[in-house]
Amino acid sequence: MLVRVIPRLDIKGPNLVKGVMLEGLRVLGKPEAFARRYYEAGADELLFVDVVASLYGRNSLSDIVARTARDVFIPLTVAGGIRSLEDIHTALRAGADKVAINTAAHQRPDLIREASRKYGASTVVVSIEAIKQSDGRYEAYTDNGRERTGRDAIAWAEQMAEAGAGELLVTSIDREGTGRGYDLELLTKIIDRVGIPVVASGGAGTAEHVVDAINITGAAAVASVLHYDLLPTLRNDPAAFDPSINLAHLQRPGFARIAPAPLGDIKRLLDLHGHTSRPTPEALHV
Amino acid sequence: MSEPLAIVDYGIGNLFSVANACARVGCDTRITSDPAELLRAPGVILPGVGAMPDAMQVLRDTGLADALREVAARGTPLLGICLGLQLLMREGTEFEPHAGLGLIDGDVVRLAGVDPLGRPLRVPHLGWNGVHAATAWEPTDLATVPDGSAMYFVHSFHVRPADSSVVLAETRYGDQTFCSAIASGSIVACQFHPERSGALGLGILRQFAIRAGVGAVIQESAA
Repeated sequence: MLVRVIPRLDIKGPNLVKGVMLEGLRVLGKPEAFARRYYEAGADELLFVDVVASLYGRNSLSDIVARTARDVFIPLTVAGGIRSLEDIHTALRAGADKVAINTAAHQRPDLIREASRKYGASTVVVSIEAIKQSDGRYEAYTDNGRERTGRDAIAWAEQMAEAGAGELLVTSIDREGTGRGYDLELLTKIIDRVGIPVVASGGAGTAEHVVDAINITGAAAVASVLHYDLLPTLRNDPAAFDPSINLAHLQRPGFARIAPAPLGDIKRLLDLHGHTSRPTPEALHV
Repeated sequence: MSEPLAIVDYGIGNLFSVANACARVGCDTRITSDPAELLRAPGVILPGVGAMPDAMQVLRDTGLADALREVAARGTPLLGICLGLQLLMREGTEFEPHAGLGLIDGDVVRLAGVDPLGRPLRVPHLGWNGVHAATAWEPTDLATVPDGSAMYFVHSFHVRPADSSVVLAETRYGDQTFCSAIASGSIVACQFHPERSGALGLGILRQFAIRAGVGAVIQESAA
């Protein structure tokens, strides 16, 4: 079994965005262009997250996924705004292979059981957004950490695995966008309690952080580290990059924490730590 | 203009990624739940994810089960993917024992075993894993795939063919070695997803299209 590095693309409207801690969302460019580059670089899967879907009660990702699915032949997961079996059907029709559900699972946990029975556990990912509380416990949140649920994130993970989830996407909201590394304690607590695969998300600032997470879960979503590596090379490509996009935030001190790295470098570092992943195309010579 | 390849639609599974991947290798497909279209097609792809008993129920109720048996009896190229491999078997065991299409003798059982540290294997088996030749891949649909290549898997059950000579490929997960592809007559089927396994997976679909007589030779960019 090989480990997985999964580029995470947060989407708002037609744009790839990245949450910057305490500063809100920044537009980075066209998600289709980033998705294609990551596929060509040997990504193991892609994760698309509609970051405002819960807020506005809609899912605008379908068109982006449909366009991506024509050129990208690795698994695509869609998260954000999936509320019903019909929404799952729509996402699959657009070309998604898996859907990740958070808010709707909290509102009606039986949705996970029904979706798993109808579309197969392998299609149903439960997205868990956790924030560490001052007493050391982890609480599950929805809407990118805007709404608390009152549920213990670890117990919720167990409950969702029993309900038939095929995989858990575990995002540390208080680490997300900070570059301080994944919440390894959260990941360890959850992986020890469930028998299904877990994908780590939130906090990667360096390739070493990805290794730390993969030591625990075997699979990690990565955003800033990859996006900020790709951005300079996409700047001259009008199909990928809107020159009006303001990237001044990259010069601020907080960004010193993010060390951009291409997928190939992350995979080589994983290899040095004994974690084999799918070979990148340059390694395959295809 | 030849008939397109048929992708069997029985109401579940992501058929669109299969159709997109076929389009990339230059062949037309039609997503269909009409048994007559299966019988007209030069080749039939049976994809699928989900629960085997529910899928068998739909295939029986719609007449697609009989059409698929007829496709196999005529020697029309048939490609099963994931659940589409499991459905070909004589018997499934999900929830309770039940009949499959019976085109391949053997059963379908839940993955169970331990990892190198003795912990129970995580199920579903989800991600990229090596596919190793059990018999020669030349001249099957896997002919262009290097032995040991990583392909994308996502499944909780695996097939156990009664006749080991149909086993085309094997894959190791923890302490388990399971059959990850079969070939028998005009049938090739894989537990992994060629449509989600990058350029090497697309190569399998291209070979299948060529076998069905509808393949176009198009170079795929690396990935």
